[in-house]
Amino acid sequence: MADRPPVIVGAGPAGIRAAATLVAAGLTPIVLDEAPRGGGQIYRRPPAGFTRPYQALYGFEAAKARRLHDELDGLAGRIDYRPDALVWDMRRGALQCLSGGRNATIAYRDLILATGARDRIIPFPGWTLPGIYTLGGAQIALKYQGCAIGREIVFLGTGPLLYLVAYQYAKAGATVRAVLDTAPFAAKRRALPALLAGGATFAKGLWYVAALRARGVPLAAGIRPIAAAGDTAVTALRYRAANGAERRIACDALAFGFGLSSETQLADLAKIPFRYDTLQQQFLPSRESSGRTPVAGLYLAGDGGGIAGADAAELSGERAALALLEDRGHAADKLRLAALERGLQRIAGFRAALETAFPFPADLAAAMADDTILCRCEGVTAGEFRRAAGALDAAEVNRAKAFSRCGMGRCQGRVCGPAAAIVLAAALQLPPESIGRLRGQAPVKPIPLAVTA
Amino acid sequence: MSERLTADVAIIGGGIAGCSTALHLRWRGASVVLLERGVCGGQASGVNYGGVRQQGRALAELPLARRSREMWARLAAIVGTDCEFMATGHIKLARSDADMAELEAYREAVRPYGLALELLGRNAIRARYDWLGEAAIGGSLCAEDGAANPRLVAPAFARAARAAGADIREHAPVVEMASDGTQFRLRTADGLEVCAANLVNVAGAWGHEVAVRFGESVPEAVIAPNMCVSEPLPYFMVPNFGVCGGGVYVRQIPRGNVIFGGGRGIADRERLRAYPVADASLDAMRQTIALVPRLRHAQLIRSWTGIEGVMPDDIPVIGPSRTTSGLFHAFGFSGHGFQLGPVMGAVLSELVLDGTTPTPIAAFDIARFLPLPTGEGRGEG
Repeated sequence: MADRPPVIVGAGPAGIRAAATLVAAGLTPIVLDEAPRGGGQIYRRPPAGFTRPYQALYGFEAAKARRLHDELDGLAGRIDYRPDALVWDMRRGALQCLSGGRNATIAYRDLILATGARDRIIPFPGWTLPGIYTLGGAQIALKYQGCAIGREIVFLGTGPLLYLVAYQYAKAGATVRAVLDTAPFAAKRRALPALLAGGATFAKGLWYVAALRARGVPLAAGIRPIAAAGDTAVTALRYRAANGAERRIACDALAFGFGLSSETQLADLAKIPFRYDTLQQQFLPSRESSGRTPVAGLYLAGDGGGIAGADAAELSGERAALALLEDRGHAADKLRLAALERGLQRIAGFRAALETAFPFPADLAAAMADDTILCRCEGVTAGEFRRAAGALDAAEVNRAKAFSRCGMGRCQGRVCGPAAAIVLAAALQLPPESIGRLRGQAPVKPIPLAVTA
Repeated sequence: MSERLTADVAIIGGGIAGCSTALHLRWRGASVVLLERGVCGGQASGVNYGGVRQQGRALAELPLARRSREMWARLAAIVGTDCEFMATGHIKLARSDADMAELEAYREAVRPYGLALELLGRNAIRARYDWLGEAAIGGSLCAEDGAANPRLVAPAFARAARAAGADIREHAPVVEMASDGTQFRLRTADGLEVCAANLVNVAGAWGHEVAVRFGESVPEAVIAPNMCVSEPLPYFMVPNFGVCGGGVYVRQIPRGNVIFGGGRGIADRERLRAYPVADASLDAMRQTIALVPRLRHAQLIRSWTGIEGVMPDDIPVIGPSRTTSGLFHAFGFSGHGFQLGPVMGAVLSELVLDGTTPTPIAAFDIARFLPLPTGEGRGEG
């Protein structure tokens, strides 16, 4: 058992750093990654054969992206790297992994979950129209496939990704019709002192804003979306400006998102206990700063354990790997551990400031109109969900799901879950942590019935 | 805070049987307090396959199943919603000649109970259901069987019972229970005290825990039927089906999802949680595709399971206690209690208020698991 190789799920910055750390200690980890090429989301690599230069793909992050990609490539032969591998279920000691239409049961003793994050969205009227993407989805289209989601694009939402993606599209030649931030300007001013501590990260954010402004892109803060318009595809967005005036802006594509949610389904299936995180406003699996969880042999690294960004993911990936090594009896380098934890703490401070600067507009979800589609997989409106919660006595989110079907479709609540929790909590006038969280159920993502063992 | 309630009948368990009993008792004017440890329909009643099936049952269950089927047809009138009940038909598929012989024998055996079954041979079944694969060589169709949405049924009975005046308490686990010969005294974890002349034990997989408090120790095991559901597909499969010898059971709902079950998950009776098992899901997927090849390209989107109580002879315990006057049991439905849920309310309310029920239940007597008193038979079983 002790000889069983450690397993890492995810080959983003956290997973790659964890793998490199384990290899340096003489181990040969199995690295399972859903993507065809490792790198994760922020450093996602285009398919083999695409030749766009790093500077064009990753901008300021080009050097980091190249270093991580080189690091992963350099591990070839020293790790058991399995791309295109979906881990869709797990229990203590075994993972179910689907790759190339075949399923394999992978036994493990020690496991690092580096499952990353996804876009956090809040539905608004018209959000299911063709031409509307999440910010992350829009970025992947550009970075991975080299294609834009449209020609005349509106970017809506809040958070650093809003400005980054808008900037990347502008640079790629798309017309950015507007960047509409739900966060009020005053929030950013309030967060300024703490943001300055972010140093280079903060400076990059300012640079994107300045570059957008220099291109004449209209930027607005403190807005509220009203509705996306269009018959067969989005043709315009109506929104309320900070001064209360209603505006309409024509577009042929729209990208939106309100920060990120951690991908926690595997941690849930692994029976790691969850706690409500008030900063991220999400239930998160419990973990120590070392990455250790209450389940022996299970470690969390990167955004999957709580959103902190790519730099923190690298640090926490290394930290979790060192914890794993220590638990396997390897000697710990105390200085290195202390340096990693200091780095993580610094980023956590900056991260809190970001939440102040770009607050999650929970009010949008709480006040969602009854006829807005909340769960797009099952076509459940906010009104139907509220009725299920009220008339049918469902004071808990899984109960409301059972009665309404909200969160029961293909995405299993990964898309609508965060907003649905707020809709329910607001309808019942309860704090969001009291209404619970959607329980994880295998498969983590859909798998074909015809899978072969 | 300690609250005290007095009622004619206390009910332990908020599954379909318990909630239906509360409703029936209220119809006849008895006062009712129902204590549910979690939420109504949160366990087996709410997470099962949803089959409303008479075909294939033990003959002893058929009088109950027939009477319950009549209630399913009237569900909207009883609880205000049909809970998506549809008489889709249920086919029991044969995969061998021996299976066909078994189906023929069963059809003859159930004739006296008024259950009409239509046997379909190899050509007939494929002519009627072109989606069936080669693995099926025939089957038996029960046209009046069907399915319903299990998530809705127990809560619907609970709401109807509440509207009729039943006092239904959720999150109220019973920690103490005793009888002084005339009254039952129950206490919940929160300190709620209930005093009642009658006690109905419809605690599902935990029914034996109530029974043993009154000196009736019975061997109730647990199972966790492993369930799966696909993404929505075009609606093509109206009847739901099972196979001779078990293995897999499959149904499609009009909105398109295909629900199928087979094998066992893991039941954690103490923690009240159950977990599906990947190997069981994968095996059910294989069997389902063999019977319905066009599902090959469908995607599985969710698996789940729940905890069900199972008796050694695969039929429930139903009837009065053999030790304690005023105590009535109905538990251990052994994985096929959903269809019987509604009728249990009728039968238990009759047992409590009339001391007898017109529906034969002798086979379910708890005495079959108790030490045989000298000089007394066990009934006809």
